[in-house]
Amino acid sequence: MSTTTPTSDVARSVPAALTSRTRPKRPGPLATTWTFTWRAMLKIKHDPDQIYSSFILPIMFTLVFTYLFGGALAGSTGDYLQFLMPGILVMTVIMINMYTGISLNTDITKGIFDRFRSLSIWRPGILVGALLGDALRYTIALVVVTALGLLLGFRPGGGVLGVLGTILFLQLFAFCLGWMWNAAGLVLKSPESVNQLSSVVLFPLVFASNVFVQPETMPGWLQVVVNVNPITHAVTAVRGLTGGTLTGEQLTWALVACGALLVVFAPLSMYLFRAKSLR
Amino acid sequence: MTVVEPAIETSGLVKVFGETRAVDGVDLVVPAGGVYGFLGPNGAGKTTTIRMLATLVRPDAGTARVLGHDLVREPDEIRARMSLTGQYASVDEQLTGAENLILLGRLLGFSKTQAAARADELLDVFGLTEAAGKQVKDYSGGMRRRLDIAASVVVTPDLLFLDEPTTGLDPRARNQVWDVIRALVAAGTTVLLTTQYLEEADRLADRVAVIDRGRIVAEGTSGDLKRSVGSGTVHVRLSDPERRQEAERVLSGVIGGEVKPGAEPNALSVASSDLERVGSALVELSRAGIGVTGYRLDEPSLDEVFFALTGHPADVDEKGEESAA
Repeated sequence: MSTTTPTSDVARSVPAALTSRTRPKRPGPLATTWTFTWRAMLKIKHDPDQIYSSFILPIMFTLVFTYLFGGALAGSTGDYLQFLMPGILVMTVIMINMYTGISLNTDITKGIFDRFRSLSIWRPGILVGALLGDALRYTIALVVVTALGLLLGFRPGGGVLGVLGTILFLQLFAFCLGWMWNAAGLVLKSPESVNQLSSVVLFPLVFASNVFVQPETMPGWLQVVVNVNPITHAVTAVRGLTGGTLTGEQLTWALVACGALLVVFAPLSMYLFRAKSLR
Repeated sequence: MTVVEPAIETSGLVKVFGETRAVDGVDLVVPAGGVYGFLGPNGAGKTTTIRMLATLVRPDAGTARVLGHDLVREPDEIRARMSLTGQYASVDEQLTGAENLILLGRLLGFSKTQAAARADELLDVFGLTEAAGKQVKDYSGGMRRRLDIAASVVVTPDLLFLDEPTTGLDPRARNQVWDVIRALVAAGTTVLLTTQYLEEADRLADRVAVIDRGRIVAEGTSGDLKRSVGSGTVHVRLSDPERRQEAERVLSGVIGGEVKPGAEPNALSVASSDLERVGSALVELSRAGIGVTGYRLDEPSLDEVFFALTGHPADVDEKGEESAA
């Protein structure tokens, strides 16, 4: 070979791969969304550590609250566990939920978000697909935490159907709450700041709810906070579902809470998304 | 019509971030085909201009047509025919190389099988087959860049934006990226690349625009730019170092200007592009009996061009801010 040969194999083989310019038909909204869902599921496959770490906090809270405070709060640890588990299930989903915002922010800061935005695709699919992909994450975590509860003596009166209903309802709740984290992911500077915001927002929200205790003994002003907290309504619905005692009113309030989150944060996220670019 | 529409045509593009006019009235005509170099130091406005042209950032003023479509009114038509490789690798670090390419293929509308086949083909030609199943976070800088470019050509685009494609790469990886760019151009793609490296613009670009503080300060072929600055440099090597001072007088007498001693004791250099005068200076040296073992005529480097155009060297970054006179 002469000294003027191109410097790499790349130079000889690339031209052949570039001759085809056939562009397939632009994918529809469903196909686009499904592709982003697939991407989110691949991330779970490649990074299972994130799943493990998502159990740790709920498991810790279950053990600490049941065995340390359970007797004092409900007379016996067994009774308290029946009360606590539904709350812990909601908390499990909430704690994983913020990863939605962290992954979106990582996409933005690392640059791949720009590539997605430079494609001619149905853009909400980027956000919706990621939220749907997270559903797998929630399901895995909920199954593990429920199994732990059963092991410790949690006996849901609603049976298998109640537990399945809970998982289904919490998917909806997480999908709606996830838009809050999408908005945060679009506004904040770095994945770390999303993480910090989540601890500042989540802990007060989880404690100022009926996850750990019924609000009757709280001061009046705090009861007001607890009653407007969407988490409270989600927990009430899950208690109803797992206990087999769900009333129409409880379900309605829970769905209103989901709807409120969706109506506020989904348009806000899409607005922030568009504000970043042309249309 | 025989006149081909330019790939990009802008008029008075402006982007303001707070107090900073990051892009301050950019007029550009990028002809279709070939490589157009966008040259300037960090913070000059290169990336912001590219992000506007790639429909990622809305201009605050001015108009632009990209591939014949209005930038603000028809972004989707532009997106369908253009690709962008950002300054930081715009691939998913958690996914494998193959998964990244399949993801892009699916988003472009290929079926699962087609996307997988295209991914295999691209991994092969970009020399990434062995790393196909590895997560991108374990890739070297060069591999990441190649994957990034591969992701931009899953469907060969008519226009490709490359933002500093070789920043941080070793020379071997840089040469590979250059080869890929040449191959793309041969396949008919127009490439707009930004670079801080003058050598890169000199080697690759058919035309160059020099941007400084949000404005285009010069535009043309790199030859045009060099000529506009005027002088190249003549380097002369003497057989007898003892006679350097004598030679210096002869050269400054004929050519004029400042004659500088070179690093070696027998070397001299003087700025000039006037071949006639250089010729007569060499004749004068031989008349004076001063032996010349060699001489070389250098074009000005783009570094010198940049300095001449902007009054400051090209490698000034934000922290090296200086108040230009």
